[in-house]
Amino acid sequence: MSEKVLMKGNEAVAESAIRAGCKLYFGYPITPQSEIPEYMSRKLPQIPGGAYIQAETEVSAINMVYGATSAGARAMTTSSSPGISLMMEGISYIACAEVPCVIVNVMRGGPGLGNISPEQADYFQVVKGGGHGNYRLVVLAPSSVQEMADLTYDAFDIADKYRMPVMLVAEGNLGQMMEPVKFKELKTEFTDKSEWALTGTRNHEPKIITSILLDPETMEKHIHKLYEKYALIEENEVRFEEYLTDDAEIIIIAYGLISRVARSVVDKLRDEGIRAGILRPISLWPFPNEAIKSKIEQAEFFFVCEMSMGQMVEDVRLAVNGAKPVHFFGRCGGVVPTPVEMFDNVKKYL
Amino acid sequence: MEKIFKKPKGLNDKTMHYCPGCGHGIVHKMIAQTLEELDLLERTIFISPVGCAVFAYWYFNTDHIQAAHGRAPAVATGLKRANPELIIVSYQGDGDLASAGTAEIVHAAARGENISVIFINNAVYGMTGGQMAPTTLVGQKTSTSPFGRDPNFAGHPLKVCEMLATTKAPRYIERTSLDSVANLNKTKKAIKKSFDLQARGEGFSLVEILSPCPTNWGMSPPEAMDWIAETLSKEYPLGVFRDERADTEVRNDS
Amino acid sequence: MPKIEIEKNVCKGCGLCVRICPKNVIVISKGLNDKSYHPAEYIGEGCIGCKSCALTCPDSAIEVYK
Repeated sequence: MSEKVLMKGNEAVAESAIRAGCKLYFGYPITPQSEIPEYMSRKLPQIPGGAYIQAETEVSAINMVYGATSAGARAMTTSSSPGISLMMEGISYIACAEVPCVIVNVMRGGPGLGNISPEQADYFQVVKGGGHGNYRLVVLAPSSVQEMADLTYDAFDIADKYRMPVMLVAEGNLGQMMEPVKFKELKTEFTDKSEWALTGTRNHEPKIITSILLDPETMEKHIHKLYEKYALIEENEVRFEEYLTDDAEIIIIAYGLISRVARSVVDKLRDEGIRAGILRPISLWPFPNEAIKSKIEQAEFFFVCEMSMGQMVEDVRLAVNGAKPVHFFGRCGGVVPTPVEMFDNVKKYL
Repeated sequence: MEKIFKKPKGLNDKTMHYCPGCGHGIVHKMIAQTLEELDLLERTIFISPVGCAVFAYWYFNTDHIQAAHGRAPAVATGLKRANPELIIVSYQGDGDLASAGTAEIVHAAARGENISVIFINNAVYGMTGGQMAPTTLVGQKTSTSPFGRDPNFAGHPLKVCEMLATTKAPRYIERTSLDSVANLNKTKKAIKKSFDLQARGEGFSLVEILSPCPTNWGMSPPEAMDWIAETLSKEYPLGVFRDERADTEVRNDS
Repeated sequence: MPKIEIEKNVCKGCGLCVRICPKNVIVISKGLNDKSYHPAEYIGEGCIGCKSCALTCPDSAIEVYK
């Protein structure tokens, strides 16, 4: 690990990606994530074989990543909500073609051009697919600058391991805020990609990376293969964090930066003798279903707080499956809930 | 007796899925021949577009990647930047390159990406059934311009070579055709020049090839070749639009 | 004497070789090949080995000998 440095979340993503061996960055400016391309444009040209390419659109950026990672390189792109919408075509192709890549979405307010304030309303898009067809993304949601760095580093390994796109989602204010962060060492050993990466035919038969499977039976077989991989990921890659849940009767579920607001709410509830705790999903897909289910018996109710009109709450309801009440409180449009209003909303159900 | 013309090593023995008289097969053969002549087969990544040539990988003995509609130049950019030793053949039709992918091709050219773009212009969307393309001629009847392309509603044909030649970075841009022995030879020569320039690191090149689509034009293959000679190449004049000595400076300051 | 060999079952009978041959020594066969096309066929004499037919053939069905 490096020395502790004070850094913006966005810059921590960029630095951590470079330490994970990402030599190629393709992106397009959009607030509130532009510090990532700016950082990459300063650093990558100094690395042998490194390049920063400012793409003409987010559509091109994701397709450049598709090309670069198909050649066996570690590459990434980053954007914010409207730009991520543009990338969905490419992400669907990459998921089907089984090529690894890392995408970071520093989320802002929507729909439409919306605004540049933080929101969590891209959950449906990135967790449920976003692009066309049957596929999944691994979606990781950090709640601190340190976690921005750590999960970016891990995202490259997960992407390579399962040969699929991995997306990091962070609220705009998490990208902008500064916190102390330590970085992992520069990665030097990587997954062997010689089985599939395009390197020319000098030592092997022609290799093909494609996402067209015209015969329905073949396509179905391929989708089943993808879903076998996804089942494996649901088994092995679920990440979540708990705070004071052992004896909790009120289980607050929140991810990302808002989970830190929830933490102060839990402390205040505990001060009043109310046994509350937090279950924070870190992987939004695979979703921590079993962890939530394990709290059903002890819970009086679940309380989901999001910076959206309620998207993750649907997955919580699926996990709880009517066994206990699931209440929701959210602010949207870029408004961040205050601890006081979250506290008041929890107390409504006591 | 010596065999003076045989099937190139770059192609396998599968029978191509293209319609009788389709230009794709002619150009595929030239690409394979050229890669063999320049000893580049083992370093080549062929990028197939969306369109009839989406299955080009069925035929080439090279590594292969399939790109989304219009995105081949972006995929080419990623591949080449990741591994400059690779030879990138970005193969696109006119619906793919001149409509869905205008942003990608213009900016790959403007950046001077060291790739070869083979641009097949047959003035229609082939695979989807002969609809009007950006390259369709004024008055030309297609399945979505049943009364002929009306420039008052649908505008005029887009001229890719002319447009790209306004950017500074490209090393070489030429438009050729497949309609005569002379033009076939020029096309082969242009493809070879494009690949050779790339292998020598000289930068972006594009060869636009006027190519027949007899099925969607409603013509026999020989009639289609005559139509290229008499009509299509009047709208799209053949020739070299850019051929400059490129150096690193020129490519980087664009 | 130069000559060409046309792979009968690869040919789709498009006629581009017939159109381009400067000596008019290629014709479309009355018979069908395995794919139910009328393939092109060399009349057996008059070839000058110019390779034009092989160059224009979309299916790489023609080999030229000289």
